[in-house]
Amino acid sequence: MSRESFYEISPADFFYRNKDLAGFSNPARAIYSAVRELVENSFDASEVYKYQPDIFVRINDADGESLEDLEGATVTTIKVADNGCGIPARHIPSAFGQVFYGSKYRLRQSRGTFGLGGTMAILYGQITTSSPVKVVSATSGKVAHEYEIMIDIRRNRPVILKHKTYRNESLWHGTIIEVKMEGDYKRATAKILEYFKQTAMVAPYANITFVDTRGRLYRFNQVTKEMPKPPTETKLHPYGSDVETIKRLMAMTPCKSMHSFMMEHFHKVGPIIAGNFLRAAGIPQKRKPRKLNNVEIVKLVKAMKRFPNFRPPSAECLSPLGENLLRAGIQKELKPEFISVKVRNPSVYSGFPFIAEVGLAYGGEVPKSGDIVLYRFANRIPLLYDEASDVSWKVVHSLMNWRNYHVDLHSTPLAVMVHVCSTKIPYRSVGKEFIAEIPEIEREILNGVRDAARELSGFLARRRSVEVEKKRLDVFGKFLPKIAEFSKKLAGREVTPDVKPLLRSVMKHGSEEKEGYEGTEGEAHKEPPESG
Amino acid sequence: MKVRKEKLIKSLLSLGEEIYGQIDSQVFPSVELPSRSTSNIKYDEKLRQYVLGEKCIKRTSRNVRHIRPFTQLVWMGYMANQLINQGKTSTLRDMYYMAQAYDVNFKDQAESDDIITDLESLIEFSREDFHLFPEERSAIYGNLNIEYTVPKYEGKRLNLTVHPDGVMIGPALTSAEFVSTDAEIVICVEKGAMFTRFLEEDVHKKFKALLIHTAGQAPRGTRHMIHRLHEEMNLPVYVFCDADPWGMHIAQVIISGSANAAHLKDLTSPDAKWCGVWASDITRYKLPSEKITELDLKRLRELERDPRYREELWQREIKVFNDIKRKAEQEAFSRYGLTKIVDEYLPHRLDEMKSY
Repeated sequence: MSRESFYEISPADFFYRNKDLAGFSNPARAIYSAVRELVENSFDASEVYKYQPDIFVRINDADGESLEDLEGATVTTIKVADNGCGIPARHIPSAFGQVFYGSKYRLRQSRGTFGLGGTMAILYGQITTSSPVKVVSATSGKVAHEYEIMIDIRRNRPVILKHKTYRNESLWHGTIIEVKMEGDYKRATAKILEYFKQTAMVAPYANITFVDTRGRLYRFNQVTKEMPKPPTETKLHPYGSDVETIKRLMAMTPCKSMHSFMMEHFHKVGPIIAGNFLRAAGIPQKRKPRKLNNVEIVKLVKAMKRFPNFRPPSAECLSPLGENLLRAGIQKELKPEFISVKVRNPSVYSGFPFIAEVGLAYGGEVPKSGDIVLYRFANRIPLLYDEASDVSWKVVHSLMNWRNYHVDLHSTPLAVMVHVCSTKIPYRSVGKEFIAEIPEIEREILNGVRDAARELSGFLARRRSVEVEKKRLDVFGKFLPKIAEFSKKLAGREVTPDVKPLLRSVMKHGSEEKEGYEGTEGEAHKEPPESG
Repeated sequence: MKVRKEKLIKSLLSLGEEIYGQIDSQVFPSVELPSRSTSNIKYDEKLRQYVLGEKCIKRTSRNVRHIRPFTQLVWMGYMANQLINQGKTSTLRDMYYMAQAYDVNFKDQAESDDIITDLESLIEFSREDFHLFPEERSAIYGNLNIEYTVPKYEGKRLNLTVHPDGVMIGPALTSAEFVSTDAEIVICVEKGAMFTRFLEEDVHKKFKALLIHTAGQAPRGTRHMIHRLHEEMNLPVYVFCDADPWGMHIAQVIISGSANAAHLKDLTSPDAKWCGVWASDITRYKLPSEKITELDLKRLRELERDPRYREELWQREIKVFNDIKRKAEQEAFSRYGLTKIVDEYLPHRLDEMKSY
C-alpha cells in the first residue's frame, strides 16, 4: 500500500506556496505589488463614501538590515495612511489576518476583487521578516483602534498580538497600515513612480503624497473636487453564473421556490422572465431550491447560458470616470496640446456589464518615445506589466490603422488611455496586469479609440493648415520689406516704399481661407517686422 | 564699351523704378521673363545658335512660391548695380555667399546661378557685363598683344607669351582690347596636359597659332574671347577634344552655344571647326580605346537628334561611335611617342579641315 499522506491546505497556505500568482515573485515586484494593493484598498475605502481621497505613502528602509541571500533586498517598511471610511473594530483582525475576507466579495465595481491583495502583502511581509502588521483605524466614532496582527498561515486565522484603543476626539476616520517586508525599492522605483503618476491620472480628485526611502517627496495634487458616483452593489446576471455560485446561493437562500429564487438572486429577472426561463429549463417553478441535486444544478446553469430572453444587465452599478474626470486627469499629468475623451455606452460580456473609456492625448508632456504611449486602467487601477498581452495593446498596435487618421506614429507624441470598468474585469492572472481579449471589450475599446482618433485627425489637419498659413504670412512678412528696400536702392530713391498695404491684403486673404477655425487669428495677425 | 555700360546702368535703374513704382501704387511687384524652359528654346538657323522663343513667364511677389526668388532677383539687380558703379568684379560663388549677408539665402550654388541667368534674360545683358565671372580656370598662350581696359590697368599692354603657363582668361582679359597678333589660327584644346604639350612643342610657332586651354566645357568668358578673336582678328578657330560624346559637345558649344545661354549673344563662333579627335580617328590611327558606356550611348542618341549636330561631319562621327562602340582620349596618341600628335596628326588634320 502506498503511504502517501494527504493534507488539506488553507487558502493562506496556498497563496504562500504560490506567491507569483499574486504578484510577489521577487523583492522588487513584491514591494510594488504591496504598495499597489494597499493604496487601492485606501482608494476603495474613500470612494465608497465619496470622501475625497487623501493618501499618504512612505517607504522606509533606513534601519532595515540588508539580507545576505538576496542582493539589493532589504527589510523595508511600507506605511499607507488614508482618510477612508475606516474599518469597524471587530472586523480589523479578520480583514488583515485572513485570506479571502473582506467587503469586496460581492458584485460591485471595486479595485480589488477578493480582498486578497492587501492580505497577500501582509502575508508576504510576515514570511520574509516575521514581523506583525500594524493597523490603526477609526470609523469617525469616538474611539480609534490599534492592532498588531499576524496570520496563522495553516489555519487562515488572525493572531492578535496587541490591541490598544485611543480617544478619537476629532472624529477622524481612516486607516493607517504599516507592513514590514523584504523588498528592493531601488529596482522597483520606476514602476512605483509610474504607478502613482498613472493613479493620479485616473483620480484627479485625490491628493497623493509619497515619500521614498531617500526622503524624496512626490506630491500629486487634487485638481478637481468632482468625484465619480460610487459604484453600487448588484445581483448576479444569469449569464454570468456558474455551478459553484449557484450552490452557494442555494445554501443561503431564504426562498421557498425556484420561481422566487430566480427573482430574488438574479439581476433583471422578474416574475414573467423567471416563469418562462424555468419552463424552458425544465425545472418546476415550485421546486424548493435546497432540494436541487447536482445534476439539476448543472442543468440549470447550462439553461441560464442558453436562455435568450434575459434582459441585458444594467450598468447602473458601474462607476465610469466620465469625460470631465478623464480630461482633468490627462490634463494634469500630461499637459497635452490636444485631448479627446470618449465614454462608450455600457455593454455586456458573459453577463457582466462593462464600460470602456478612452482618452487620446497629443503633444505637451506626452513622452516622445517614437511610439504610442499606452496607459491601461481597469476599475481605476493602472496596469503596468505585460502590456503587450493586453487587449488594448492589440487594439492600438494591430487593429488601428493610424495612417487613416493622418497620424505618423514616429513623429507624433501620442498617448492612448484606456479605462475598462466592470463588476468583473476579465484579468488573465491573479496579479491583475492585463485584460483578456474578450471580443465585446475589444470592440468597445476599438470604437472608442477610433472616435477619439477622428477628432485628433481633425485637430492635426487644422493645425497643419494654421501652420501653413503662418508660414505663408511669415514669408510675405520677410520678403516684401526686402523687395521694397532693394528696389529703393536699385532705383536710387531716398524713401523706402510702404509695403504695409500689401501685407494687409495678404492677411485678409489668409483669414478668409481659415473661416470657421477658432483661436488662430491672433497668431496669424501678428504685426510683421518693419524693414530695417 | 562705354555705351554698353551706360545702357546696362539704365536697364538696371528702370528695373528698380518699375518695382518701386508697383509697390508705391500698392500693386504686388512682378516682372516678365522670357521663359527658359526647353519648349521655348529654338535653334536659329541664321544666327547658328540657340535663341529664346516668344514665351514669357510672370514672376510675381503675390505668389508665395515666387516671392523668395523674386526678392533674390531684385537683390541680384542691386548687386549688379553695385558692381558696375564701384568698378568691382565678383564670382558666381561670391554671390552665393553674399546673399547670406542680406538674408536672402540661396539653397545652393545652382539656385544662385539660376537667379543670375534670370537677371541676364530680364535686362538682356550678360553677367560678364556686370562683372560676374565663374571661378576661372581657362588659359590662353600666344603672340597676341592686348591693352587692358579695367580700372588701374587702363592702357597697359601685355603680350600673351609673357608667362610659360599661359595667361588666365579672366574678366580683365576678356574685356581687353586686342591690339595686334601675328597668329593665323586659334587652337582650343580640352585638356591641360595637351595644352602644355603643345606649348612645349612650340605649336604656337609651328602653326602660327594662339593656344587656348578650355579646361573641359569652356566657360562663357572663354567662349566670348574665342568669339572676339574670330570676329575682330579674323582668325579661324579649331577645337580639339577627346573622342567621346562629351568631348564632341565641348567643341559644339564653342561653335553653336549652349541651351543655357540661349538668351545671350556673342558667345558663339559658328565658323569654328571641330578637328578631332574623331571617332573615325580611333581606327584610322589605331588609338588605344575604351568601351563606350550606356551613359555615352544615351548621350549620343540625344546629340543625334540635336539640330546643332545636323551637319554631315557630326552625323558621320556619331554613327562611327555607335558602330565601333569605342572611345579615346586626346592623350591616346602618346602611345606612339610624345610628339606624334604634333608632328603628324595635327598638320595632317589642319590640312584636311580645309575641305570641311
